[in-house]
Amino acid sequence: MQAMSKVEDEQLPSPDRALPKAPTGIAGLDEITFGGLPRGRPTLVCGSAGCGKTLLAMEFLVRGATQYREPGVFMAFEETPEELARNVRSLGFDLDNLIRKKKIAVDFVRVERNEIEETGEYDLEGLFIRLNAAIESVGARRVVLDTIEALFSGLQNEGILRAELRRLFRWLKDKGVTAVITGERGEGTLTRRGLEEYVSDCVILLDHRVVDQVSTRRLRVVKYRGTTHGTNEYPFLIDKDGFSVLPITSLGLQHEVSDERISSGIPRLDTMLGVKGFYRGTTILLSGTAGTGKTSMAAHFVNAACERAERCLYFAFEESPGQLTRNMRSVGIDLGKWIKKGLLNVHSSRAAFYGLEMHLALIHKLVQEFRPDIVVADPVGALIGAGTRRDANLMIVRLIDFLKVQGITAMLTNLTSGGEALERSEVDISSIVDSWLLLRDIELGGERNRALYILKSRGMAHSNQLREFLLTDHGVELLDVYVGPEGVLTGSARVSLEARERASSLATQQEVERKDRERQRKRDALEARIFAMRKEFEIEEAETDVLASQELSREERLEDDRLAMAINRRADEGNGIARRRKKSGQE
Amino acid sequence: MKKASAKSPLTLDDIVRNAAPGDAEKWDLRLYVAGQTPRSVAAFANLKRLCEEHLAGRYNIEVIDLMKHPQLAAGDQILAIPTLVRKLPQPIRKIVGDLRDTERALVGLQLRPGKI
Repeated sequence: MQAMSKVEDEQLPSPDRALPKAPTGIAGLDEITFGGLPRGRPTLVCGSAGCGKTLLAMEFLVRGATQYREPGVFMAFEETPEELARNVRSLGFDLDNLIRKKKIAVDFVRVERNEIEETGEYDLEGLFIRLNAAIESVGARRVVLDTIEALFSGLQNEGILRAELRRLFRWLKDKGVTAVITGERGEGTLTRRGLEEYVSDCVILLDHRVVDQVSTRRLRVVKYRGTTHGTNEYPFLIDKDGFSVLPITSLGLQHEVSDERISSGIPRLDTMLGVKGFYRGTTILLSGTAGTGKTSMAAHFVNAACERAERCLYFAFEESPGQLTRNMRSVGIDLGKWIKKGLLNVHSSRAAFYGLEMHLALIHKLVQEFRPDIVVADPVGALIGAGTRRDANLMIVRLIDFLKVQGITAMLTNLTSGGEALERSEVDISSIVDSWLLLRDIELGGERNRALYILKSRGMAHSNQLREFLLTDHGVELLDVYVGPEGVLTGSARVSLEARERASSLATQQEVERKDRERQRKRDALEARIFAMRKEFEIEEAETDVLASQELSREERLEDDRLAMAINRRADEGNGIARRRKKSGQE
Repeated sequence: MKKASAKSPLTLDDIVRNAAPGDAEKWDLRLYVAGQTPRSVAAFANLKRLCEEHLAGRYNIEVIDLMKHPQLAAGDQILAIPTLVRKLPQPIRKIVGDLRDTERALVGLQLRPGKI
């Protein structure tokens, strides 16, 4: 819409400015043409029968009348006004109402050859007069001539006809109306009658191709004088809302990135993804062989998003919505309640039902309508069934680009068929996805177990471990990693090894306890001995004391005896005796 | 709208000469032109001569100038100018051009059966 309003500013014809353009209002076409059709000039829309020329032209008029206040004239050479009104009603356009409101005039020009005889000179002034009258009746700024080539079948004199057509297109330019002229595709030429010779400002080619029984509508701007335009073939879609062209490949790599992280819905998987989960707006690929739980993982992701009140769009190419919700209930995820709340939209379609472009167009359209935060495509590889492998790759790349630009987190699942290298996705999109989770079977000891690892995840420190997981009735459960001397083990091998380990650790514990008891015993014994020795020592000590005191008293007695003897012998006062006397006298 | 009707006394000669089917019918002719261009003037002159020769006394020519009445172009599905429309007798026939080629004009008006 920004592009459109910019174009509206450029409406004034000015030689200094870029070529003025008239927005068509057709989704996607204005992006490809960078603003619309050349204002005030004729544009040729050509294509084979049934490719949508008339509808494109009519939508150009109706949108001009309703959205850009530019009334229009539709000059029909093939269909009557009643037929036209009926045909475009299926696109939601009320032509009768617009005619009543004088916003659109329809003039039906019938050319019947068998009614007409030609004799002599003539010109097509009658056509000019009618066109002019119609233009003036509504003040038209836009004109459609559908399909003017019908004149060639009604009038014989081609010389006159060609001169008059040249004059007509000149006249339309002078009138300053933006015209769309439709033309049937010819053999090797753009139009059967070479109209491109007269209308050379802008040529749009519509194509309706059937490859491998799958039909795809494509649009290409063959030529647009004086302005840039997208040159690729763009798929387009005609449905209840009219025309929509998908200029997906015109998008560059300039989308904004988010630092926000969102949970995968499995807490332990978030831990593996640098604790916080995936980055918002990135593309996640889940690949794995059949039955490895890809859909269950995706359902977890969706469930977590819905719990955060985010909107999810789920494209199921192999299961119906009912089947999906039932199957996910078995792993404890209730998607039904989110569908009821309108947060989840499951869109099921067989991949082979439409062409790739149609799928892309539908996804594009649904995304625009539903405005989801999360898109899941399950399994994206199924789209190969709708085209060739190369086309499918291209389409998925375009899809991823488109979702990235919208800031939508995409989860794609992909089935890896047996025999192929696991680390290679069926569609070679692995290089453009941001996170790639590989789910695989591990066959060991006569059983298959599921394991996952993160092959890559841009911008986060992710785990490098191979983790076993179980699909339980309450969802996907990641188990502890068993990394023992015998490598990584899964399933019952892990269980039995764990049991063995538990047994051996019990034995070790018992041994430790035994040793502990032994030590206690030794300590007890040692302490008993220490006690006994201490007692022994105490006894000895006591005895020594007794002996010492006995010795002392004996010595005292001896002294007394000696003193008594000295007194008896009248010995002189010796030092010792005198002292003793004195001492005893004092006592 | 310019009306140009010419009546002259019916002679035996005329009856014999115009002994075509629908003989006694009234011919209602309309000539569409756009302005007084040499081509439209020539067409009218040629038509007048032709009628005088073959339909004397039982024809009526109505000349419609689309420059003045553009809304009348759609009714008879007029594209080319000049166009002569035979309204009566039925069915409607159209002859485009200035009617210079009298033989073709007569075939176109079914005044002469079959192709020459």
